[in-house]
Amino acid sequence: MTQPAIHLRDIAKSFGETRVLEGIDLAVAPGEFIALVGPSGCGKSTLLRIAAGLEPPDSGRVILDGRDVTAMRAADRDMAMVFQSYALYPHLTARQNMALPLAMRRLDGFERLPFAGLLPAVRAKRSAIQQEVASAAEMLKISPLLDRKPAQMSGGQRQRVALGRALVRHPRAFLMDEPLSNLDAALRVHMRSEIVDLHRRAGVVTLYVTHDQEEALGMADRVAVMLGGRILQVAAPDTIYRDPAHVEVASFIGSPRINLLTASLAAGGRAQVGPHVLADRIAAPTGSHIRLGIRPEHLRLEAAAGPWRLPVRLDRIEFLGAEALVHCRAEGHGEPLIARMPPAAADTLRHHPQLHAWADDAALLVFDSQGARVPRTTAAMAPAYHDA
Amino acid sequence: MSRILRLLVLGGGTILVLFPFVFMISTSLKPQSEVFSASLTLIPAHWGALENYTKAITRIPMGRILINGVIVCATIVVFQIVFALPAAYALAKLRFRGREVLFALVLLGLLVPIHAISIPLYAAARVLGLLNTLAVLIVPFTLSVFAIFLFRQFIKAIPDNLILAARSDGLSEAAIVWRIILPNAWPAASAFAIFSVVAHWNDLYWPLIAISKTHLATPPLGLLFFRAAEAGDDYGALMAATVIITAPLVLFFLFAQRLFIEGMTMTGLKG
Amino acid sequence: MTPSPRDAAAAIETRAAWRLAGPTALLMLLLLVLPTLAVLALSFTDAELGAPDITFLGLDAYTDLLSDRTFKGALRNTALYVALVAPASVLLGLGLAMLIEAEVGGRAFFRSVYFLPVVSLIVAMASVWQYLMHPSFGPINLLLRMLGFAGVNWLGSSDNVLAALALIGIWQALGFNMVLFLAGLTAIDRTLYAAAEMDGVRSAWDRFRTVTWPMLGPTTLFVTTISVINAVKVFETVATLTQGGPAKASETLLWVIYQEGFVYLHIGTASAMAVVFIALLLFLLVIQTRVLDKQVHYG
Repeated sequence: MTQPAIHLRDIAKSFGETRVLEGIDLAVAPGEFIALVGPSGCGKSTLLRIAAGLEPPDSGRVILDGRDVTAMRAADRDMAMVFQSYALYPHLTARQNMALPLAMRRLDGFERLPFAGLLPAVRAKRSAIQQEVASAAEMLKISPLLDRKPAQMSGGQRQRVALGRALVRHPRAFLMDEPLSNLDAALRVHMRSEIVDLHRRAGVVTLYVTHDQEEALGMADRVAVMLGGRILQVAAPDTIYRDPAHVEVASFIGSPRINLLTASLAAGGRAQVGPHVLADRIAAPTGSHIRLGIRPEHLRLEAAAGPWRLPVRLDRIEFLGAEALVHCRAEGHGEPLIARMPPAAADTLRHHPQLHAWADDAALLVFDSQGARVPRTTAAMAPAYHDA
Repeated sequence: MSRILRLLVLGGGTILVLFPFVFMISTSLKPQSEVFSASLTLIPAHWGALENYTKAITRIPMGRILINGVIVCATIVVFQIVFALPAAYALAKLRFRGREVLFALVLLGLLVPIHAISIPLYAAARVLGLLNTLAVLIVPFTLSVFAIFLFRQFIKAIPDNLILAARSDGLSEAAIVWRIILPNAWPAASAFAIFSVVAHWNDLYWPLIAISKTHLATPPLGLLFFRAAEAGDDYGALMAATVIITAPLVLFFLFAQRLFIEGMTMTGLKG
Repeated sequence: MTPSPRDAAAAIETRAAWRLAGPTALLMLLLLVLPTLAVLALSFTDAELGAPDITFLGLDAYTDLLSDRTFKGALRNTALYVALVAPASVLLGLGLAMLIEAEVGGRAFFRSVYFLPVVSLIVAMASVWQYLMHPSFGPINLLLRMLGFAGVNWLGSSDNVLAALALIGIWQALGFNMVLFLAGLTAIDRTLYAAAEMDGVRSAWDRFRTVTWPMLGPTTLFVTTISVINAVKVFETVATLTQGGPAKASETLLWVIYQEGFVYLHIGTASAMAVVFIALLLFLLVIQTRVLDKQVHYG
């Protein structure tokens, strides 16, 4: 890419004995919306704080627009942060909350004193600030709330004021630390599109931390999946979903979780679960163990047995209105499997305790014993779909 | 850099704060001649400790006085909790006629310090012949509206479900207080106990009024008697007496520092 | 007519409540209500302890009081004492708390050290201070002379005695205020400081003004109220060290009430003073909670 807006280079961080971040390298393009997603404890919030300057890295550099700011304190980096708990000043009104960052930057200590407003120069500066606060409030539709204090607002309203406080600064970057986690589900979905909309209008690079993979996939230009202090993969949402580089990425992304079958490799690159061959042309050493990943929407279930199929036992069916989830158990290791299908299709399976599962060869994701993605060799030896 | 500055300031303050204690102990070990010698030495050249401490113990019945203090403070605390806890529970969790009146009385009690109503209490004690007894030192303080107020705040936070479950198990309200509320309110109770002990150990006003016999004195009054008995400036013996009298609570504090500090803080913030 | 189930249940609850609160209510009556009424009643008389005759003075009792030189002096001295002790012990307590809070390693040590005066018997420590403040061989004056200053007649001079007592009062109260402020400081949400940093709040002073001081509002109010009320109630140091002297310069409210009621046995006058005392405390409480409460931000 052209010079990245934010480049986190080789970042490592420990807290006491615990290694929290290791070998982090992330380049974010100007105007890009990147989501940092992963389970709690994976280090994503720490990475965000390092980018902000609230925490120094043990090693590595933070580079903003080509400038190394690693030694620069957060207040000088011109980045705005939105916190999970909003961190609004409880004793100030929404207006004052939003005006504060501007006042701190444009007025010096003397000019911030109450009576300094008598001086015309100061008054001009202050009214400029008020105007910008008003327009940001307009954009976020919180103008009627401006004179309220945080305690007099709902969670969603506080969220918007926190966004306003960040927006009003026209900063170099937005850093958001799970800003929607404290909101109820319906509001969350609504605020997601608002944030994306704001990002588009402001055109400012955004680093967005969340543990909700759906949020990450839905909002970001690129998603960085983190686990155990490392970035496992950075790619567009679609790529992350269809082409995960690691079994952990595949497991974390997607709901319901991806189905994983443990299989062993026989001659000819064939993956076997017990006596059943499920796939071939797998580029892994014979005798090794691999895992086959099949997304629920790709898992097919049929009453009849056949080649490339695995016998499974039907556990239960969940009818969820628009779709149904069929829960079953694999023969052999007894791994739980979930298949996603239209309710009508699920209905036909109802009275069959013994079923057979298979998937399109192209939908199979193969991971080696370390969890890395294993490619398929090109020679086609089996047809694309399998008949009974 | 700023840490060094901070430590310097805190250290300097430490010296200022501990300076009375240091001199207290040092002077208690000096004979009178050295005390008057106007020198700042801390270690005495001659040991007057035996003399001073003997005087401290014999001029007034020191042991008796300390025991009085312990008996009075302990009894006060026990009674305070025994009376306050059920009342606080009633105010916090029960609905009954007269609740507002009772609570108004609690607020009144918070406003009116014991000093203000000492006169009629004294007159009553005198008439009843209760002056110069340990009982008179205890009885006026058995009512602690502060305890009622504090416990009420605390008990309000206890989930109602707990109490409803106990009731459906057949517990009487009194049983609820002692079997459910007390264990749950233990932090508040122990915090209050610390607060009450410190306050009443220190109390001078009421003992000064109600007691005139030395063997019934509590530590503060005992020390006043000592000062009166001591002719002139025998500071060595006076310091010895203060060391002995201050030691119990200070030692207790040093052993249970967290308990103390957290207790006093909690009563302060909740009260 | 049988009562409805709801009324019956309410009656049972009422009975149970009074069984629980009954003893306390009785104590309140005997130890609080009746004495307060008695003090109020006595205040309008010229009763003397031990003397059988009583004259009802009515409001004259109070007008006499307010022109009484001793009482006015006591009010003035107490006000001066409070003005010296309360602000100093509050501000110093806050400063100490902030320093200790920032200090990670030695925190527990310093906390206990500064709290030590609070658990030390006031009467005893007052005696120690008397020794320290002795004009000829007290260490304080010795130190001052060593540094080239003249010694000060602390407790023996009517000009200095209130200041001396105030010094002891501050020393005694500091630790308690510090501990309360510490609790308040640790309760402040850390993310507010992070947000302030992101907002460009750089200096320690700005951090204090933007986050610390506003968030400490309730604590500061509480500490100030307690400090003022405790300062008004000063007694032990006066009774131990100065007995109101020299030349009535350290006569404070409680001392004067004690003297009037229990030494001179004018319980009528003493009761009137006690009523004024209660009124003063009430007044202070009301001001602090009403006026200052408006500025306190409960977040």
